[in-house]
Amino acid sequence: MKHIIAVLLENEPGALSRVVGLFSARGYNIESLSVAPTEDPSLSRMTIQTAGSDDVIEQITKHLNRLIEVVKVVDLTEGAYTERELMLVKVRAVGKEREEMKRMADIFRGRVIDVTDKSYTVELTGDQSKNDAFLEALDRSAILETVRTGACGIGRGERILRA
Amino acid sequence: MEISKAEMASAATAANSAASSSSPVDLRGGEILVKALQAENVKYIWGYPGGAVLHIYDAFFKQDTIQHVLVRHEQAAVHAADGYARATGDVGVALVTSGPGLTNAVTGIATAYMDSIPMVIISGQVPTAAIGLDAFQECDTVGITRPIVKHNFLVKDARDMALIMKKAFHIARSGRPGPVVVDVPKDVSFNKVPYHGYPETVEMRSYNPVRKGHSGQIRKALQLLMAAKRPYIYTGGGVLLSNASAELRQLVDMLGYPVTNTLMGLGAYPATDPKFLGMLGMHGTWEANNAMQHSDVLLAVGARFDDRVIGNPKHFAQNERKIIHIDIDPSSISKRVKVDVPIVGDVKDVLIELIAMIKESGLKPDSHALGAWWSTIDGWRQRDCMKYDSENTEVIKPQKVIQTLYNLTKDADAYVTSDVGQHQMWAAQYYKFNEPRRWINSGGLGTMGVGIPYAMGIKLAKPESEVFCVTGEGSVQMCIQELSTCLQYNTPIKILSLNNRYLGMVRQWQEIEYSGRYSHSYMDALPDFVKLAEAYGHVGMLIERPEDVEPALREARKLKDRTVFMDFRTDPTENVFPMVQAGKGITEMLLSPEDL
Repeated sequence: MKHIIAVLLENEPGALSRVVGLFSARGYNIESLSVAPTEDPSLSRMTIQTAGSDDVIEQITKHLNRLIEVVKVVDLTEGAYTERELMLVKVRAVGKEREEMKRMADIFRGRVIDVTDKSYTVELTGDQSKNDAFLEALDRSAILETVRTGACGIGRGERILRA
Repeated sequence: MEISKAEMASAATAANSAASSSSPVDLRGGEILVKALQAENVKYIWGYPGGAVLHIYDAFFKQDTIQHVLVRHEQAAVHAADGYARATGDVGVALVTSGPGLTNAVTGIATAYMDSIPMVIISGQVPTAAIGLDAFQECDTVGITRPIVKHNFLVKDARDMALIMKKAFHIARSGRPGPVVVDVPKDVSFNKVPYHGYPETVEMRSYNPVRKGHSGQIRKALQLLMAAKRPYIYTGGGVLLSNASAELRQLVDMLGYPVTNTLMGLGAYPATDPKFLGMLGMHGTWEANNAMQHSDVLLAVGARFDDRVIGNPKHFAQNERKIIHIDIDPSSISKRVKVDVPIVGDVKDVLIELIAMIKESGLKPDSHALGAWWSTIDGWRQRDCMKYDSENTEVIKPQKVIQTLYNLTKDADAYVTSDVGQHQMWAAQYYKFNEPRRWINSGGLGTMGVGIPYAMGIKLAKPESEVFCVTGEGSVQMCIQELSTCLQYNTPIKILSLNNRYLGMVRQWQEIEYSGRYSHSYMDALPDFVKLAEAYGHVGMLIERPEDVEPALREARKLKDRTVFMDFRTDPTENVFPMVQAGKGITEMLLSPEDL
């Protein structure tokens, strides 16, 4: 089952590699990972998307907590949360396709952020399934390049993760 | 930096005097490092110099409160400091240079990590400006050691040295202990910076290990324990690390329940007490393993249900039981076995609270059920699973050597270290450890070669105690160069090598699991160990006859000031029994050669 784990950790060199090393050393999966400093520059916040049985997820959160530089760990999927991912897709846009691509981007509430005579770059934000759906809606051969940030998650309402 | 004895009379005074002085003194990074070690009351450090640590060694030259021991290989520096830590409970400290110095230390660090031993390992690093440029003797120390340390640091500025050292010691000894590596670039140990004194306390928002267990959980444990029909107490290395042997003994005395120790936990409960069922696990006793399998309430204390202890987890799960698990590390709980009552906390604190609650509750164990349980256990004991051909007059049985050592030293102030293999299991089975921190071995990583360095680390700190190293001709050759260190630092140890000419445990598995195909487990061209010991300036003894075992041990013990290497020629075909084969349940045991 898919889990989204939010981790607050000291913004120090090497802290990221401890997290990544933990996952590889113990055979856990990382499906996506995004990390950046928070409003407090001494702290980084990481969102890890992973999958596993309840037992595995329990071990993952325990081992994350065991890392000295980790301040807090929350499995967002245990409660209400929202998730967003930014995706940039460069698509072929020649002739009739140009109109079609623009319309498709509009339907998915994407924005065209770069244009050449042969291509568009579309920016999309949403949960991962929405971004997946956009890619599936396109003719595969029209996709020139894709880049995704991975999930970025936050608890709903009063669910707050702070140091 | 001149550090006089008077100035260093007490570490605290040293720290305070520096802290209270209005104008901070300028010190080099290496000097601050030495001040930090003094403030932490470090008495011994095992190390090996090299280019990247020369400034640190220079600072050592100018002080006289910490004794440095020059080993012959960095692996042994870490093992010796580790053995010292295991025997004393203090943080063990080692110092190695960059590159190969550190990579040689890796085995020692991983060994300490697997057994949760508090250590600080200081490594030299190339100058900060050279990091990442493939400089001479450069390696990514922080990267290489990351998976085998509790934490590690790269000191990038001499100004950070004191605080990082404070954190390193704090992390190493608190919570679930473990090794911490501090990597010090050469320029950082050379640069002069204002020194404001050694911090007295350290606050880390990301690291606050719990000590006290949850009272509600302890109460649940109490109720389960008191309602038990077939209770069992299973304890591991955590009891020793937490110095909770006295509390464990008190608990067992109050309840009258049977108790077992893991390989790492031996000595936590007196092995000669009738309530002790022996070690459990792959080479545990029949009664210890059967009680584990058939108990209805299992109290696990500072133990982690590892694969050598519970065998096949599916077989273990066939019997229903309630499990209470006390451990300071939440990630050890419900890792391999589902636990009903987890109690996260320091073993000592939790046991104290549990004992108090039992007293307060006025509850008593079900004596009728307990009586029946003990008679079942006595039935298992009738199997006498530890018997062997003890009267053999033709060939030395390895078990006999250990039993003789035990009989001669049971009332002495003795420590026993071992290497890894058959001899380790025989030492664990036949030496009855009645006190904590007397049995020193590598349980988790299973590192051959630890025996001599462990022994010399302990002997340095405990010069009045007798230190025995039980080893084999395979293991002992992995760190035999340390015989030289033993002479230089006058740490006379007694080495009992059970020489069967085979890598015995490998040979045993090949006999049982591989139809006797002894692939590369026979060592031809062994050295003459007597001459080798003599070449290192020690005493060598060759013992080939069963009747010579006891006289040889007596003679060796008389040579108090000498390291003695005893080369016992033991039965090459002897196997360790009982044995749980790979993949089997813990009660599916081979008890003797007849079971093969």
